Amino acid sequence: MNTIQWEGFVPGTWQDTIDVRDFIQHNYTPYEGDGAFLTSPTERTRKLLHKLENLFALEREFGGVLDIDTNTVTSLLNYKPGYLDRENELIVGLQTDRPLKRGVNPFGGLRMTRDACHAYGYELSRKVEDEFLYRTTHNDGVFRVYNKETRAARHCGLITGLPDAYGRGRIIGDYRRVALYGINRLIEEKQRDKDRLSLEDMDVDHIRQQEELYQQINFLGKLRDMAALYGFDITKPAETTQEAIQWLYFGYLGAIKEQNGAAMSLGRVSTFLDIYIERDFRKGRLTEEQAQELMDDFVMKLRMARHLRTPEYNELFGGDPMWITEALGGMGEDGRTLVTRNTFRMLHTLYNLKPAAEPNLTVLWSQNLPESFKRFCAKVSCDTDAIQYENDDLMRPQFGDDYAIACCVSAMKIGKQMQFFGARANLAKLLLMALNGGRDEKQNIQVGPVHEPYQGEYLDYDKVLELLDFYRPWLARMYANTMNVIHYMHDKYAYEKTQMALHDTDVHRFMAFGIAGMSVLADSLSAIRYARVRCIRDEETGLITDYEVSGEYPAFGNDDDRVDRIACEQVEAFYRELAKQKLYRGAEPTLSILTITSNVVYGKKTGSTPDGRKAGEPFAPGANPMHGREKNGALAALNSVAKLSYRYCKDGISNTFSIVPQALGKTEADRLTNLIAILDGYFGQMAHHLNVNVLNRETLIDAYHNPEKYPNLTIRVSGYAVNFYKLTREQQREVIARTFHETM
Amino acid sequence: MAVIGYLHSLQSLGAVDGPGLRYVVFLQGCPSRCIYCHNPDTWDFSGGTPYKPAAVVEKILRYRSYLKNGGVTVTGGEPLSQPEFVAELFRLLQAEGIHTALDTSGVCAPDTTRQVLQYTNLVLADVKFCTADAYRRYCGIDFSQVVQFLTLVREMGIPMWARHVVVPGLNDTPEDIRSLAAFLAAYPNTEKVELLPFRKLCLEKYRQLSIPFPLENTPEASDAEMTRLAEYLPPSLR
Repeated sequence: MNTIQWEGFVPGTWQDTIDVRDFIQHNYTPYEGDGAFLTSPTERTRKLLHKLENLFALEREFGGVLDIDTNTVTSLLNYKPGYLDRENELIVGLQTDRPLKRGVNPFGGLRMTRDACHAYGYELSRKVEDEFLYRTTHNDGVFRVYNKETRAARHCGLITGLPDAYGRGRIIGDYRRVALYGINRLIEEKQRDKDRLSLEDMDVDHIRQQEELYQQINFLGKLRDMAALYGFDITKPAETTQEAIQWLYFGYLGAIKEQNGAAMSLGRVSTFLDIYIERDFRKGRLTEEQAQELMDDFVMKLRMARHLRTPEYNELFGGDPMWITEALGGMGEDGRTLVTRNTFRMLHTLYNLKPAAEPNLTVLWSQNLPESFKRFCAKVSCDTDAIQYENDDLMRPQFGDDYAIACCVSAMKIGKQMQFFGARANLAKLLLMALNGGRDEKQNIQVGPVHEPYQGEYLDYDKVLELLDFYRPWLARMYANTMNVIHYMHDKYAYEKTQMALHDTDVHRFMAFGIAGMSVLADSLSAIRYARVRCIRDEETGLITDYEVSGEYPAFGNDDDRVDRIACEQVEAFYRELAKQKLYRGAEPTLSILTITSNVVYGKKTGSTPDGRKAGEPFAPGANPMHGREKNGALAALNSVAKLSYRYCKDGISNTFSIVPQALGKTEADRLTNLIAILDGYFGQMAHHLNVNVLNRETLIDAYHNPEKYPNLTIRVSGYAVNFYKLTREQQREVIARTFHETM
Repeated sequence: MAVIGYLHSLQSLGAVDGPGLRYVVFLQGCPSRCIYCHNPDTWDFSGGTPYKPAAVVEKILRYRSYLKNGGVTVTGGEPLSQPEFVAELFRLLQAEGIHTALDTSGVCAPDTTRQVLQYTNLVLADVKFCTADAYRRYCGIDFSQVVQFLTLVREMGIPMWARHVVVPGLNDTPEDIRSLAAFLAAYPNTEKVELLPFRKLCLEKYRQLSIPFPLENTPEASDAEMTRLAEYLPPSLR
């Protein structure tokens, strides 16, 4: 099969089947040079950016939300076309009819939508309320079925952040397919799948699949019509770079109009787009400046993406994030680098458009990346604090060379794998519950099964482990049950029609569980084993509510195997329990150690712990060691985290590393060389993820007091980047309190 | 029987004590009392945690993947007050192919120092002043010992970086820097001169130890000042 739009591309099986990877492999041009070719923003870009910055400032003044359309339920065709600046935009399309205006998406849950409107001084319209009177939302469905264990565990914060009142997200549509194949071809393929599968035995699975395929095809049609509203015919493949970006962006836009998932990630598009750029260069119809201008415009659109959230949601996932994660670089299975000039252009938007949290630029690091690219990344990190790194050498063997990252750290083959997002269980709290016979230490309610509480004044390591061994299987089962309910209901009432239309019909499903409080648990067990921990019981309730630690204990984050081994054992034990559970749609269980900013909320909901942490104090984020307990410097902390095995945490192990510039080296050249050495050294041990911040605590303190001075101050927190000013005050304080490696 | 070293602390990430990323070993105990000393907690010879060299090497090897362009720096306290330990540590590290740097004031006994230098890839020599008088007054150090040490380093042909703390009002005139450069001209093994700004981050340490900090009221050296002073060094040494 061939079409005029593919002229100039090297043919391959990608023409006969939907196979974007094959297209990339046949057509891309690896780039091993440096960033000298990059161009500054054009006058047009500057003007557009200025306009956008004014809107952002206005949004800030309005308390974080510029406007809400309370009358229209968001979907692909429900708004008139919207523009930032119709005459001057190169890439068009907004979620609603005006920039930064947020739509309402009650499919996940009506109450959350109502509350979110309220929080910003709006009222959800009678019209929308009426439309949903006779409609079941995802949230309704879930609460019809939740049992009392799940309800209690949710209530006390043993499991938190579950996607049961909003879209689950973490699904990456292969938006590139829209550009490469055009909508008609995608509909044809899906129709063929539907016809073929309609002859199977009509059991529950096949019936559901038939209906899903119907919906996918239906929404591909809507996507076509949405583009037509903007005056584009996307039924055919894209012919130019501008069209390729536009088609691809329409795919993404359709997804975020339809879904308000927590993480709506972009995928791995830069190298794909480079092929179109190189073709246009060859045809003499595009200059470098124009190519950069298109990428800048595209990124400006991405930075305008918004969802309407409640303040409670923002406490868990601070900074109004969308996780428009774009995976950059990495190596191909044939040994060629997947870095292209357009990889540089994408990173360069952080200069042309100033640093920002979105898109969530994620460099897939390999020891074999071209040196000049490593150096460029290190410079971007030092200059902007806006990018994160994930180990391509670790993921490629499992996910091939066309995977992307959903949210922060979740790898998936694009268009071939999806995941059921499952937030996280609080393992520090599990420990406290195990000591208290299944009762919550804060609210004194029975959450887990009844068991004799820990007896005796001092905690004995072996006895405590026995109690954990009793409660861990219970937690795993309850957690898996909860997830099964959530995702059954999400499929039923809020299925991702656009995004799943951009997946293969035969898709692999992960169920992504998570852990919070890992380092608190490890340190607590270490304190019990190596120091002496006395229980302090509440006189009235008899619950153990505080602990007194005497003596020293090895803390996680010092490259000390005594405690690091405990951390590894606990993670593995929890994963093994999860792996025993029966999961919805035969999903493969995975586990992450990632908290986003919820480490603050988790800490708030958790009583004092045997490591000496007091009730209410924040946990460390992700897999980070607890603040201030790292005594042997940054590399020791990295080594501790590197020991956690990806084998049991295939959904990612998040680590955030902050260092003051002066401690990284005396000159810029030294700092770049040293940062590369840190990344190579860390990932060389098969560690998974690293957020890098190179900044002074003083800057953050000043930004805390004078937010208006720092509209672009971006920092990395567990798995994503945020504009510092968008965090809650509490989250800001927690970030400031974190360990900054500053030994000089 | 292996010699025992007394360590103040271990720092896994050092990026400012020699080339590249370095694992830094702080030894306990120092015979000098420089008035701007940053680490008064390392003075006391009776403290420290005992370690065998092999045990320290074992720890360091866990960081090998980071140290490709760097290595290990031993500082203190005064490393040359525990020469047998440092010599053995460096010998073992070099056998592992790890670059070794010795950060010292040069106050030492020459015969044992030779053993250490035999296994040293780079000397970070703290050249604090250029006159015997200033050395005696501000550090309690006999300058001739320092000169003897530097001569030994030169004689053994070991590359050297000179480090010099600039204290406002004490040694921060262009003339001071010029005489430093002139002094170092006699040591052609000098690859680099690092001017380090006087800082007072150590104040808290002095308070905790109830030791008066003699320079409490001296201002810190500014970055601009440091850039300006660096101009007085020969370009090849900056």
